[in-house]
This record gives sequence, structure tokens and C-alpha cells, in this order.
Amino acid sequence: MTDTAAANAVDYLLKRHRFRPSEALPWVLAVAAFFVFPDYMALGTQVLIAIIFALSLDLILGYAGIVTLGHAAYFGVGAYAAGMLSAHGGWNEPLTGLVFAGACAAIVGFLSGWVLLRYHGLTLLMLTLAVAILMQEMANAAEIWTGGFDGLTGITIDPILGMFDNDLWGHHYYWYSLAVLALMFYVTRRIVYSPFGQALVGIRENVGRMHAIGSPVHRRLVTVYTISAAMAGVAGGLFAQLNAFVTLDVLDFARSGAVMIMIILGGTGRLYGAFVGATVFTILEDELAKISPEFWEFGVGLVLVLTVMFVQGGLLGLWDKVSSRWIKRSA
Amino acid sequence: MLTLQNVSAGYGETVVLESLNLELATGESLSVIGRNGVGKSTLLATIMGHTELHGGAIALNGQDISSASIHHRARAGLGYVPQEREIFPSLTVRENLEIAARPGPWTMDRVMERFPQLVERQSNQGNQLSGGEQQMLSIGRALMGNPSVLLMDEPSEGLAPVIVEELQKALSALRDAEGLTIILVEQNAHLALDFSPRCVVMDRGTVTFDGASEELKTDAAKLDQLIGVSAS
Repeated sequence: MTDTAAANAVDYLLKRHRFRPSEALPWVLAVAAFFVFPDYMALGTQVLIAIIFALSLDLILGYAGIVTLGHAAYFGVGAYAAGMLSAHGGWNEPLTGLVFAGACAAIVGFLSGWVLLRYHGLTLLMLTLAVAILMQEMANAAEIWTGGFDGLTGITIDPILGMFDNDLWGHHYYWYSLAVLALMFYVTRRIVYSPFGQALVGIRENVGRMHAIGSPVHRRLVTVYTISAAMAGVAGGLFAQLNAFVTLDVLDFARSGAVMIMIILGGTGRLYGAFVGATVFTILEDELAKISPEFWEFGVGLVLVLTVMFVQGGLLGLWDKVSSRWIKRSA
Repeated sequence: MLTLQNVSAGYGETVVLESLNLELATGESLSVIGRNGVGKSTLLATIMGHTELHGGAIALNGQDISSASIHHRARAGLGYVPQEREIFPSLTVRENLEIAARPGPWTMDRVMERFPQLVERQSNQGNQLSGGEQQMLSIGRALMGNPSVLLMDEPSEGLAPVIVEELQKALSALRDAEGLTIILVEQNAHLALDFSPRCVVMDRGTVTFDGASEELKTDAAKLDQLIGVSAS
């Protein structure tokens, strides 16, 4: 290999991992939102939690090609784990509570993934749905622990780092959620750009070929599924800490469907698709519910249909198209 | 090195290979030719574990791999270049190679050195390559797994004659310099017979000729009788 080729190779590797300036945009916007819309921080926190949840789904759906209709199972496990740790365990420290939520969801993700990921297509889709329904029924049956249909109450969360409590305006929890999102995003980005991340894309694009090049496909799928479940569990844990209340809704099919819609809206397998999709979905949901509390889903559905029909690759795909045309014209 | 003993295999209930025997020594190269549909690709697929083995045994380096999963066979030392190339379209050339990397003498630098066409294209995605480049990449990807046996399924298929010539040179260099054991399945009898001193002709799922390629190169009538295509 020539010196030039070697230099190109090194440059290529550096470029692949390098944080591009445009990647700062969502973070700048998130910080700016705090100062521009200080009265909307409760909604802002919900958006951030939705982004973490959507990011966890993007890791398995967008990169590994695992289609699931039951991702809420892990969000719910995380929510109940964080809630029950406080309500029944008396452990109210929020950061360790989140770690516990993520760990519990990871265990459930590992055990269910070990079985589920031996299947694919429609069978896998139905099994993921079945796992979420089973979890919901278990939560309903274990009323003494979960509060069943009435919900889990008695959650008391200590101030974050002993200083920042869950204030009425949601300011502290906004920063708390943003910090957790930054950590989750860092982990996801590292995974996506690692050889392991490339193997996931390989599995998505041609699973047979991955077997033939010696890749332990099932092990890799279970690994990423477990990581994704842990992230969804962290999102659920944050949700429980924010609301100090958990109901069976956290395990509902509607939540699994919503997070799927977020990813499709934003664009799958693009990291920032989760940011765009979750933000648009949550704000649309909030605004349309104000206009029509009964028919807000129609508006979200319409946007989804239009996106799927006319914008390949979600809203980020649209942005790519428009910007590349603009660059071509100006050149 | 690689031994197939009384191998019968196929797809589901359908038997394609019947009582097939084959033995290759370390560093030996072998060309497999035959008419369409006689089981040449199935032979490679069976060695790789893509088909159902109905009987017989396959051993690699003295180790029975008959019931091993596909990825275990790859890890045991089998490299497979499929007929359709099957490049990962959204990964770059470099990523396509990296994804298959396993420890051994074949590194990214060595593969790029062997296939210099890939150096300039390393940042291009798999779906932005020409057929010839894809073929080089497919072979390079198999080499990145550091196999002891390389299985190549019709690498010249669909390529322009000038690209086939380039490919032929690259394959000959692999055969001569690297000491790899190679099985080349080819429709192009000229390429196959030039590639390897030993040649196998298949018909209806079994071996009908196993001998010197030179014998078929110099006896057009025999080649015609075996595969129905004159070598002249």
C-alpha cells in the first residue's frame, strides 16, 4: 500500500468518528429551548424522554433491522423498576434509580431477545407484541407491587445530586433529562460507528452473508437488543421519576406504536432521526390535543401517511434532498 | 485439508449432490466446471453449510464440520465468494472489508495492495461500485476473514471481457503467491482450466471427471463430451 493510500485510510477512519459541526445543532436548539420557552419545560422534558426511547428503537430497527411492536415492554419495565424501587424499596436516589431501571430492562431484554431473535418476519413481529402484552398482564396481575389498574403511587424522588428537586416548572428535570440523553446518545453513536455497529448494518442488509463471513449473528442481535432494552428502560425510569406515578399505559401497545411512528417520521438508521421524529410527534400530539382532544391522532396519522408516501427516509431524508438540491443549484 | 466423503446434499427434500467425494491438499487449487444446473454452486453451498446435508461427511483440517453452523465453518477457515457478490450496499468499501476482518496475515493493507482498484474507491458505498469492483471487493472481503480455503462461485459472471482478464490475473496471483487452497466454480471453461492444474467436471450432482486441466485443454472432444462446450 502506498503512503498516500495509508494516509487516506487514516484520514477516513478519523473522519468516520469525528463529531461534525452540524451535529451540534440539536444540542444548541435543546439548550436554546430552555431560554426561549421557559414555560414549556415540562413538555420539553417529555420530548427528551421520547428521544431517548426513540433512539433505543432506532438502534435495533434502524441499524440491526429488528422490527418490533413491543418496545414499550422495556420502557414499562424501566418505569416500574424505578417506581417500585422508591415506592417499595425506599430507595429514592434518582441516578442509581435510573441505573436500576436500565439494568432491569436489560435483563428482560436479554431473556426475551434470546428467544425472540431466533425468529424473523411476521413471527418476530407477533412475538415482540406478545412480550409487551405479557408484561402488561403481569403488571396488572401483580397489583400488590404495581398498583395494577390504579397505578403505582408512593414514588418519592430525592433531589438530583442532592440539590435539584423536581420543581413545578420542570426546569431541573429538563437539564437532568438532557444530560441523560447526551449520555445515551454518546453510547449509541459509539456503537453505531464501531465495527459492531457495522456488523449490525451488515445483518440488516444481508443476514446470510454475515453468517458466511463468520459473524455470530444471533449473539450480536441479542447484544444490541439488550442494550436497546436498557436504554428504553432508562427512558421509562426517567418517565417514572418525572411523574412520580406509573400506570399500565407505560406497557401499552399504543406506546410501542408511537415510538415506531416517531422513528419513521424522523428517518430510521440516522441517529438524529430519533431527535426529529420524537420532537415533531410529541409537539404535534400536544398541539393537536389542544385543538381536538378526541381527534388529535388523525393529525398525527395524516402527517405519518404523507411522510411515508412522499418522503423517503423520513423528515431527515427530506432535509437531505432539499439541501443537496440547493447545493447543486448554488454550484 | 478439505475432504468430502460420500456427500449427499440439497435443498429441503430435494437431493442435488449424490455420493460426492472430493479431497484437496493444503495450497492446492481446483477448478469445478460443468453444465448449468449440475450442482456446482450447490457443492460450494454445501461445503459452506447453506444446504441440507442428507449424508456423508465434510472435514476441514481433519475436523468434522458436517454439522457446524455457517459462521462456525467460516471461523474454522472457510471463505466464500458468492455468485451474486452480495456486497453490503450502504457500507463503504472499507467498511465492507472491516466487517469481515479476523486476525491473520490478510489485513486491510494487504487486501488493498492485492486489489489496488479498491484503494481509490474505499470511501464509496458498495452500491456505487462497478461489477468488477464489486467482485474484487467480494473476494477481498472473503480474504479479510483469513480463510485457509477460499470458495469462489462464478466470479467472472456478468463481467466485461477486459475485467475478466484483470480478475484472472488477480486470481492467479492469489493462487501462486499466497498458498491458499482455492476451489473455483466457473462457467467459463477457458478461465477455469487456465486457473488450476487440477479440474473437476460435474454432472447430475456427482463428479464425472477429476484430473489434469491440461488433459481437457488439449482434448476438445473430451471436454465437449463432458460439458457440451468445445474448449477451442
